[in-house]
This record gives sequence, structure tokens and C-alpha cells, in this order.
Amino acid sequence: MYGRKVKFRFLFVLLILLTLFLSVFLILKSLEENVVYFQSPSEIKILSEIENKKIRVGGMVKINSIAMQAKEVKFIITDFKNEINVIYSGVVPNLFTEGKGVVAEGYLKDKNFFLATKILAKHDENYMPPEVKAALKEE
Amino acid sequence: MFKYFEPNRIFSITSKAPKYVLFLFVIVFSIGLTESLILSPEDYKQSHSVRIMYVHVPAAWISLGIFSVITFLSIIGYIFKIRNFFLISKSLAPSGLVFNIIALVTGSIWGKPTWGTWWAWDARITSMLILVLFYIMYLIAWRIYENDTKVFKITSIITILGIVNVPIIKYSVDWWNTLHQPASINILSKSSIHVSMLYPLLIMTAAFALFSLLIFLMKYNTELIKIKNKGLDRL
Repeated sequence: MYGRKVKFRFLFVLLILLTLFLSVFLILKSLEENVVYFQSPSEIKILSEIENKKIRVGGMVKINSIAMQAKEVKFIITDFKNEINVIYSGVVPNLFTEGKGVVAEGYLKDKNFFLATKILAKHDENYMPPEVKAALKEE
Repeated sequence: MFKYFEPNRIFSITSKAPKYVLFLFVIVFSIGLTESLILSPEDYKQSHSVRIMYVHVPAAWISLGIFSVITFLSIIGYIFKIRNFFLISKSLAPSGLVFNIIALVTGSIWGKPTWGTWWAWDARITSMLILVLFYIMYLIAWRIYENDTKVFKITSIITILGIVNVPIIKYSVDWWNTLHQPASINILSKSSIHVSMLYPLLIMTAAFALFSLLIFLMKYNTELIKIKNKGLDRL
């Protein structure tokens, strides 16, 4: 049907694609630690040593954990298995509320205590009008 | 079989098409804008800033879609030596690049009020930036090489290298912790976006697709005219 050259070109492209996908997959797999934008409190718990290096911790803001004080905000980041206490002084983003996602950038003092220099709100994939949200709550 | 076909016959269709596409685009785009900016509800959490989504998400989809189409056409064109497919790819690329940049810029504008930052080096955003670079490389390659067989090969290679990035963009939010939220729209399972917000999103996507088609037709006609001027009667 098709000439030999067409078959060879087909095989050639197929092999290039296969090799590329595999090698990129392996590279990303081995770089996993650097590709993630933040670590969860559980991952912090199993760290072998605490480095004085800027890291990001992400998770949910624990319900009833935000304590706003004159100069600083204290709250707890949880992934529902482990928790970490965070202290931050500065302006928090609009979407920063209890029970919602957050990413804190800063330094780890110890495994339970995190000094944030920047707070980012992480929002989820749910979009709905306020009425629907209210109706969902009633259910 | 499909190696040769007359540019004149294609041109007689593609030269008339833009005005109809433009007409359709204006209608769909106006409906999309009224739906997304006025009629659609505000979000329970983000309130009105959710409206950026109606530009951001369709633009990202279109840029990914166009890159996939370009790659597909380039590979098929390379295997079966179909010249026309390369010209179609070349004409598609500029709108893909523009929508890719729109997605990044609107994402940045959206990120500031919601996340609290203009830019984050998370996997989704970085991989989208890499796609922009591939688009630019692809378009520059067309400018650099005059020789047809050379430019076809080089642009094919660029698309093949770039296509590896596309699944990474798609699944980056599922594979790794990212600041970017996961996909709201799933074909297989229930979408986590309310219907009243889904419709404007789909209408805007249709509008952007029509716009890409319009720009594509204009670019493609230019290519056909160039071929005609060279005095070649076949592609």
C-alpha cells in the first residue's frame, strides 16, 4: 500500500515520540521534589533534618484556628493527618479563610512551627453562585 | 493521491469563508460576552473576579488545542509528504501563540486578587510558559529557513519536542502539588463548575475557536496567494 520510506518515516516518528515521552517522564519522576510547589504538613513531619532554607507548606487552614492579632496572624495548616502552626505578619490575600486551601512560604523553626514570610491563598476547582452554595449548606 | 491539489480550488472557498466566519464570530462573541460579563452569577467565594475565567480558560484550551493540531498535521505531513498540511500548521500557529499569551496574562491578573501573587513557579504555570517558547521557536523557524524541505523538517521536530509538554500541562495539577487548582471540567465525571457558569465558558470557547479559524483563514489565504504568485499551479 504505502512505500517503504513512508513506513520508515512512521516508525521513526513513533520511536522519537516514545523515547521523548519516556525520558521526560523519567526526568520529571526523579525531579519530583523540585517540581512540587509546596509540601504538606505530613511531609514536613517525616523530614530528617530542618534546614534554614525557604520552603513552602500547603494545606487547609484548620477551622477556628485563625487568631488575628495586632501585628501578626496565627493559624494552623492541616492536611487532616498532621498539622503545623504558622505565624505570619503582613497582609493576607482575600481568599484566605478557614477551611480553605493555603500555601505559606517561609522558614521552618521546628516540625510544628513555621514562620511565614508570604501567604498565598489556594482556591479549589469548585465554582458556583452564592445561592447554590447556601442551598448546599442547608442540605 | 493527496499529494497534489489545486490551490485555485481551495482558494475559491477559503477566500470567501472569512466574512461568514467573522459574522458568526461577532454573534457568538457578543452572546458570550453578555453571558459571561452580565448574565452569569458571581462566584460564592471569588465574587466577580471569577469572570476572568471566561477569558483565561478558553484561551488556554485553544492554545493547547492548536498546538496538538499543529503537531498532528506536521507528523502526518512529514510521514506522507503532504505539503499542504505544513502550510495549514504555519497558518494556525500565530493564533495559538496569541491565545497562549492571553492565558498567561489573564492568569497573572487573576492570580493577584485570588492567590495573592502575580506569578508562581508552579508546574502548571511553568509548563504553560514553556509552551509559549515552543510556539515562538516554531514561528521563528518559519522565518529563518527559506528552503521548503528544510523548514518542514525543522518545524516538525519542534512540534514533536513540544507535544511532550502538552500532557504535562494537562496533568500537572493532578501529578504534583501546585498552586493552580485542579481541572473543574471533566468529561467522564461530574464537573465541579455550576451549569450557570459552564455555559458562558463554552460559548466563549466557541467564540475563541471561531476567531482562531478567522485568523487561520486569513493567514492561509496569504500562503495560497504566495504560491500563486510564484507561478506554481500545484501545491
